[in-house]
Amino acid sequence: MEDSPESPPGQYAARIGLVLFAVYSAFYAGFVVLGAVAPGAMEATPVAGLNVAVLYGFGLIVAAFVLAVVYGWLAGHAGERDEQGGPAG
Amino acid sequence: MIHQPSSLAIGMFLVFVGATLGLSFYFGRRAKSSQGYFAAHGQIPWFVNGVAFAGDYLSAASFLGICGMIASYGYDGFLYSIGFLGGWVVALFVVAEPIKRLGKFTFADALNANFNSPGIKAAAGVSTLLVSVFYLIPQMSGAGVLVQPLLGLEHWHGVVIVGAVVITIVTTAGMVSTTWVQFLKGGLLLVFSTVLVVMILQRGLTVDASSESLEPQSVTVLPSGDKLVNGLPLGAGEGQASLRPVGAVSKLPGGESSTGPLGPISFLRTLQESEVVLWDAKKEVGEDGAVTTTYTPRPTPGAQVMRPGESPKFRGIRSDDWSQKLDFISLMLALFCGTASLPHILIRYYTVKDEAAARKSTIVGIACIGAFYVLTLYMGLGAMTSGAMDLSNGNMAAPLLARSLSETLFAIISAIAFTTVLGTVSGLILASAGAVTHDLLESLPSVELTDEGRVRIAKLSSIVVGVLAIALGIAFKELNVGFLVGWAFSVAASANLPALVMLLFWKGTTKEGVIAAILVGMISSLAWILLSEDTFTKVYGLSAGLAPAPFSQPGLVTIPLGFATLVGVSLVTRTSDNSADR
Repeated sequence: MEDSPESPPGQYAARIGLVLFAVYSAFYAGFVVLGAVAPGAMEATPVAGLNVAVLYGFGLIVAAFVLAVVYGWLAGHAGERDEQGGPAG
Repeated sequence: MIHQPSSLAIGMFLVFVGATLGLSFYFGRRAKSSQGYFAAHGQIPWFVNGVAFAGDYLSAASFLGICGMIASYGYDGFLYSIGFLGGWVVALFVVAEPIKRLGKFTFADALNANFNSPGIKAAAGVSTLLVSVFYLIPQMSGAGVLVQPLLGLEHWHGVVIVGAVVITIVTTAGMVSTTWVQFLKGGLLLVFSTVLVVMILQRGLTVDASSESLEPQSVTVLPSGDKLVNGLPLGAGEGQASLRPVGAVSKLPGGESSTGPLGPISFLRTLQESEVVLWDAKKEVGEDGAVTTTYTPRPTPGAQVMRPGESPKFRGIRSDDWSQKLDFISLMLALFCGTASLPHILIRYYTVKDEAAARKSTIVGIACIGAFYVLTLYMGLGAMTSGAMDLSNGNMAAPLLARSLSETLFAIISAIAFTTVLGTVSGLILASAGAVTHDLLESLPSVELTDEGRVRIAKLSSIVVGVLAIALGIAFKELNVGFLVGWAFSVAASANLPALVMLLFWKGTTKEGVIAAILVGMISSLAWILLSEDTFTKVYGLSAGLAPAPFSQPGLVTIPLGFATLVGVSLVTRTSDNSADR
């Protein structure tokens, strides 16, 4: 995940973005496949009397926000170092 | 139902429209250059742009359509919320910063950054126009649906009012006024949706034990156009009838009659353990041509309401029919991929000063939009149990829910719903004007525009597209609001996303590959939609069995087809000096 000092500015952020995108896509795909293949599993109520459909749905919305903030922090941090002339990563 | 126009709602509506137009004229003097008109000089603060993203994106389909679907069928409407939000992850992690870095006014700029090809501009311009028009029709038609009960006007009046106001917004100050209208709308929508949800939770859930709540109802439209409700002429006088408002809890856990105030988790848990009355609609055509819709109450366990697969749209996921399951997967894929391909969303990236601002504004957008989509579940379920729902118009669920809580809140929510249409339509018309002026006209070798001329043509294009939108909004009055939005997402994802993503991540991409991917993605997705079961039954009025497409949503096939086309054509046409890395 470490960029070389020759890496163009923004490349580190792009790589973080792709990793986080892969993580979220897998989470989202899990929801869609579960809904299509085993919709009955969405009815189980594992936590606080809420079913999997509600928990997973809220989880996807919260995860989008959390990953966005993580990305913003990491990419912003890398951008500051780019501006200071140091190697990103 | 017969809705009484509310003078408070009319007053609030006039205040909102006045404020919107005031903003537009105030900012009008700042948008003389094309940089100002299309991109607000790139000087919009990132926080404002983030909230404006929410104002741009949260259309009538989101606010009225999703709340209505949840109110009618339960969890299924929330699937759209999840898909619509998921798409923002693609926008942030993949598209936001490169779009800002590579483009200037339209998304075609970014695609064309390495090629300077008139063909790319023309193809992207056509795709932008097509997607924007698909998106415009339901917004305009939705405005008409909204003003009928709220202001006591005809459907076409609402469409014309929205068209006229939006044309004024867009022609006065372009992106500057559009941004501030969207900011205002996004902020108000979020604040007042939160207020609505707090009031829903405070009210809690109450059992409606009246026998009336379980009586079927019917509406008959006679060949003359007159309506009968439950066999009597429609009206509020003696010997007349109108549809009863519905939406009731028939049993609460432990046999209680009322819960009192509930928290956000206990509201969902209680509903999950309760029994709610849903309504089935069945349409029959009589020998005399009269069309009768019968609404039958169906007490349904809360556990069933809170799971996916209760609506006609998604019922197939609970069957053994794989085409229905693939249809669901295909729709969720299109929602995920479509957001980052919508031209009216992408042009917002040009209104901020740099890539960091583009990134930050997307994060603010995700926070606002995500919070709103969480609220949609509560608003929809609140409407479902409010006793205020109109069986004949699901799109009115959110305003009627507000009316069941407070007349003032109803006036505000109705005015916001109307502003919702204004904000989104402004963005769509601006994107279309950019496509006509900057992409299509300027791709012609014989056309060279001065900066001033470009703005003049853009304003003229805005008027033409606005008038076209008014005409289409009136013509497609009967078409479901959510239906065409689904089309727009599928076409955008199939036509635009493959070109955008491959250009960013594959150096072998050629201009021929980009053009072919846009055209193949656009034509194949459109053809698939026109040959699908949904279109055969809902648009052509033909039998579902005649539709040749194996399932209705095209994305699962046409998005990969767009990628494959780009790779194939790029490999065939690649030379040492025509690819993206030259």
